[in-house]
Amino acid sequence: MDFKLTSDEAAFRDEVRAFAKENLSPEARKSPGFLANWLKAVREKRWVGFSWPEEYGGGGGGIMEQVILKEEMAKAGAPPLGLCLMGLQWVGPAIIEYGTEEQKKSFLPDILDSKYQWCTGYSEPGFGSDLASLQCKAVRDGDEYVINGQKIWTSIASWSKWMILLTRTDFDTEDRHDGITCLLVEMDSPGIEVRPIKNMAGGSLFAEVFFENVRVPVENLLGDEGKGWAVTVSALAHERSGISEVAGLVKQLADVVELAKSTTHNGRKASEQPSIRRRLARADAIIEGMRLNGQRFLTKQLKGEPLSSETSINKLHRAFLAIELGDLALEILGNASQYLGGAEISGVDANLWPNGVLDWPTVVIGGGTPNIQRNIIAERILGLPKD
Amino acid sequence: MNFGLTEEQQILSNVARRFLEERAPMSTVRDVMESPDAFDDKLWSAMAELGWLGLIVDEEYGGVGLGFVDLAVLLEETGRGLLPAPLISTSLAAAAISDFGSDEQKKRYLTSLADGSAIGTLALLEDSDVLGRDGVALTGVKEGGGYRLTGAKRFVHDVGVATLFIVPFRAGSDIVFGVVQSSTEGVGSRSHRTMDETKRMGDLTLDNVLVAEDDVLAGAADGARALVRLLDLAAVAVTAEMIGAMDRAREITTQYAKDRIQFGAPIGKYQGVKHPLAEMYVDVETSRSLLYYAAWCVQEKPEALPLAAARAKAYASEAFTRIGTDGVQLHGAIGFTAEYDIQLYLKRSKWALPAFGDAEFHYERVASLGGY
Repeated sequence: MDFKLTSDEAAFRDEVRAFAKENLSPEARKSPGFLANWLKAVREKRWVGFSWPEEYGGGGGGIMEQVILKEEMAKAGAPPLGLCLMGLQWVGPAIIEYGTEEQKKSFLPDILDSKYQWCTGYSEPGFGSDLASLQCKAVRDGDEYVINGQKIWTSIASWSKWMILLTRTDFDTEDRHDGITCLLVEMDSPGIEVRPIKNMAGGSLFAEVFFENVRVPVENLLGDEGKGWAVTVSALAHERSGISEVAGLVKQLADVVELAKSTTHNGRKASEQPSIRRRLARADAIIEGMRLNGQRFLTKQLKGEPLSSETSINKLHRAFLAIELGDLALEILGNASQYLGGAEISGVDANLWPNGVLDWPTVVIGGGTPNIQRNIIAERILGLPKD
Repeated sequence: MNFGLTEEQQILSNVARRFLEERAPMSTVRDVMESPDAFDDKLWSAMAELGWLGLIVDEEYGGVGLGFVDLAVLLEETGRGLLPAPLISTSLAAAAISDFGSDEQKKRYLTSLADGSAIGTLALLEDSDVLGRDGVALTGVKEGGGYRLTGAKRFVHDVGVATLFIVPFRAGSDIVFGVVQSSTEGVGSRSHRTMDETKRMGDLTLDNVLVAEDDVLAGAADGARALVRLLDLAAVAVTAEMIGAMDRAREITTQYAKDRIQFGAPIGKYQGVKHPLAEMYVDVETSRSLLYYAAWCVQEKPEALPLAAARAKAYASEAFTRIGTDGVQLHGAIGFTAEYDIQLYLKRSKWALPAFGDAEFHYERVASLGGY
């Protein structure tokens, strides 16, 4: 057991810190080309796709350095290391793991250069949590697949150029996880219609996507036909490790603590009320628990063992905190929490909460609901029978 | 960065589990817990031979010279098996003397703690049941280089079998630590049976007891800080036993959910049963992560220990409370029987909650240390 960094790791951490200090100074942040300059600078460092193979433009970096990079960037309040978030988080890793040489050459550099967005066509109207039962149909016709069906809850579909799509090519399998095929689909293909859905927080991040005789060339098949489920499982695992989320949560908790210190609640300073202090402290312990769980998972990865279902632990904590921290902030703000136009409380950016607190389903439902995470733990780790 | 056990720690863990399965299975645990002091001489001697009693004592004083992470590994196993023995108490007394004793005091006390001929314990609490400086009202009256003590310490773990007590008291505005032996004139004890039948605690009474100059732990010059350090070590040790017990309660209940058939299927098939079991897993593993970091801080990053220990004990206290209750509840009526072991784990959760600070106490520490 050793939580210290090696001298090489510490040197890398210092390099990242120095880079962040130079490129994220108040003056740099004010310059009009700040974001573009930032993206160019981190790309030149090969810190976008840090762990991806160098031959496709990645950094070829180790897991430990990747964690250091993400932690330091989050602590510095840095912009993302690239704008193609889904591409960087799971589409790229899936292409690296299952893609052909042509696919790697054609897609990976574009993801690293933030050229366009990817979206993820998984859930269907009848099959959300029960994803493996999906029905969106793909039929092979010569050198093409012909797709008919519908996807839903597809985040950023409206402004994506490509989609990673799960279809069913075989409806007659014993195991419903077989017969699923993963295709890479260009969103301006004829026959695709995107209808944005307004969410309870007022945004339209997700959409319905309809496919009517959409033709996709067979070279856009990712992995083997009928073996698309493996692509999903691996891809979602990337999303669940949760280690890079901790710094963001630390910041969010610090914001609620500041809010509690500067707000009078039921006639007393909120931060002096034992029940509020206990909830804040509990959130603190859970965030630290996530950080340390992440380090245990990381140790496993460093030993060359693959991560699997245990990452659902942090996904469950993340879901709890997404709701708890927002609700706590609202409780502290009292009636003022309901003013969307501005809470008019001195000294704090109280608007942050009324306007952001309803966004929790993005992290709580997206990537598998808490009850699905509990099923994963109970069935895959504890060995309880499937229901 | 390596958040895993070393090969030696893995061996320690395996040996401990095998020893406890052979020498202290639940039938033995139940026999021992019926005895007046929940103590078994032969078991204690065997533990001494394995080096457990001096695990964290330096080799020059007859110990094994290992650290708190190793102790946590061992205590996870004794917690798992609900071993009735004053291992935590004697380890904490040894830690106090190791940290704050002079060379001469270490020679005098640690050797006998490590070989099991003496049994130590901390006597921190008084009537107020308040941990820390504010809970110390017992006042020493100066006599030569030493002090006279009259009063009582409460809720002293293993008070009936302990022969050596670490006793903080007031001397002017300072907190001073004395080592008090059960054989000293004026020292008395009253042991109580507790809800957790495998544990004992009670009162240490002091009637004009002399703490001689060479029984004062002079290394604890800043007594209030020393008290915090001991509290942190104690919280880490108790949490380690809690995690072993929590994990075993989860295992027992998971196995029951696989075996018990209702409505034509194992009850573990139903989400109303499998989801609480998944939550137990989340709670145990997260407690374990918090614990091992705290145990690592004891020697490697002492300045981070108070926050790390507080987080671990607070989180684990809430988690074990849920697991104890859910464990019995998921068993149904059979979980309420004395015959089934799960109820012993529920009782352990009740014992562990207030031991060296409950969730409320430690969450408040997290809040204060975090500056809010």
